[in-house]
Amino acid sequence: MKLVTAVIKPFKLDEVKEALKAAGVVGITVSEVRGFGRQGGHSETYRGAEYKIDFVPKVKLEIVLDDPEVARVVDVLVAAAATGEIGDGKVWVTAVDDLVRIRTGERGADAV
Amino acid sequence: MDTGDAAWVLTSSALVLFMTPGLALFYGGMDRSRNVLNMLMMNFWCLLVIPLVWVIAGFSLAYSGAGSVIGNFDLVFLSDLSITDESGGSTLLAVIFLGMFAVITPALISGAVADRMKFSAWALFVPLWLVLVYCPVSFWIYGGVWGEGLTGWLGTRGSLDFAGGTVIHVNAGIAALAGVMVLGKRRGWPGEGHPPHSMPLVMLGTGILWFGWFGFNAGSAFAANGVAIQAFMNTFLAAAAAGLAWAVVERVRDGHFTNLGVASGIVAGLVAITPGAGFVAGMSPIWIGLIAGVVCSFAVGVKFKAGYDDALDVVGVHFVGGLVGSLLIGLFADPDFFGGEFDAGLFYGGGLGLLGEQALANGVVIVFSFVVTFLIFKVLDATIGVRVPEPVETTGLDLEEHSETAYHADALTMGRL
Repeated sequence: MKLVTAVIKPFKLDEVKEALKAAGVVGITVSEVRGFGRQGGHSETYRGAEYKIDFVPKVKLEIVLDDPEVARVVDVLVAAAATGEIGDGKVWVTAVDDLVRIRTGERGADAV
Repeated sequence: MDTGDAAWVLTSSALVLFMTPGLALFYGGMDRSRNVLNMLMMNFWCLLVIPLVWVIAGFSLAYSGAGSVIGNFDLVFLSDLSITDESGGSTLLAVIFLGMFAVITPALISGAVADRMKFSAWALFVPLWLVLVYCPVSFWIYGGVWGEGLTGWLGTRGSLDFAGGTVIHVNAGIAALAGVMVLGKRRGWPGEGHPPHSMPLVMLGTGILWFGWFGFNAGSAFAANGVAIQAFMNTFLAAAAAGLAWAVVERVRDGHFTNLGVASGIVAGLVAITPGAGFVAGMSPIWIGLIAGVVCSFAVGVKFKAGYDDALDVVGVHFVGGLVGSLLIGLFADPDFFGGEFDAGLFYGGGLGLLGEQALANGVVIVFSFVVTFLIFKVLDATIGVRVPEPVETTGLDLEEHSETAYHADALTMGRL
């Protein structure tokens, strides 16, 4: 099992969600996050004073998948989240040692 | 009292009352999200406390009697006020209308002390400042038996202040400076930015202020007549001109037309036209607005060089705007237009006399208000303390001082709305 974590542009969330559902993904966890990568932050000007906003808003998605599905789902996610502009975000995949469905107590790949 | 006059001044009173919630939103939007409710509460506190102080003694001290420096106690607790006498309740109407001005004047100061003043200290500061600073200053310029001419020492010298440029804006603006000098800088200022948390609130507050300001200025004619009409026109034009001027300065200097620049310019123009609203006409309000917009757009930068943390620019907008507008009466006052008994400005054949009187009145008010406000803050600091402890400032005054928070919905909307 793998945990796919993606940090994407907030306005891409709906598009990514629909693409993942169409690809058969049955569960996604999303959270609002802030951060910076190569895009850096941006600056805003109020009454002539410039303020540097270092951490820009992003959305983080977490999806747990069975191993054979990972490559295909990541491709779908990347295709849906891409704009080609700087700041599109990142996707990374990590191993998951164990998984439990709380309602039934099922473990491992059965709980995905 | 003429029914048309009474109807207009009653309407204007309600318009001026609405300015204090408008000011609260104007300031609240500029404040940070963890302190916005504290800012609103500081303004609404004035709406609770001042009306009571005003009818108990404030109006009597600020307007009653024939002295030259302070009123008397003849009208305390609304005594001797009647609606069946010859004046038909006009003095009672003055108590109402001018009470609205008394509410908003200390409220103006809240923008400077934002983010770090202990609410209990503010709660006491408001009535103390009204009685010790606002009432005497008001009497100097407007004092005298109501309806029988001025006896206050600055007013009788011929200094002009139609709706409160000196008494309200210069007075509150310099008091704001005195307050922040005792209070000190916010933690992290100016290194850590403190940008506005909600520009839409600022714009809404600006709209409410402009709307209410028609009552503030045109109502100050205390009649539904030609002076009120010209004051209304002046309020319309000066705000527009100043908003335009500030926006253009920012476009040229910083590269963009900003909403905050437009809002700040509109308010600066409203402040600047306040003292002259019933004394200038023609294109003069446009000149006054343009000058105030440009001057104030640079004045708000002074705090970074001088090192005083006037959080939301009460000094740069209200003090400077009020002072500029008050001094410009010395150039633009036009008694012929109004058929009025006041001195003419330099450009209307009056020489420099009026400008001198304007400078004197503002100078006296600046010194008095600064010193007395500084002392009030010092006494409060030595007794109950004026500044919140560090953890309160860091967590936010909304939660720590009022046990409330302004916004809960972020987690539900994922920031996409």
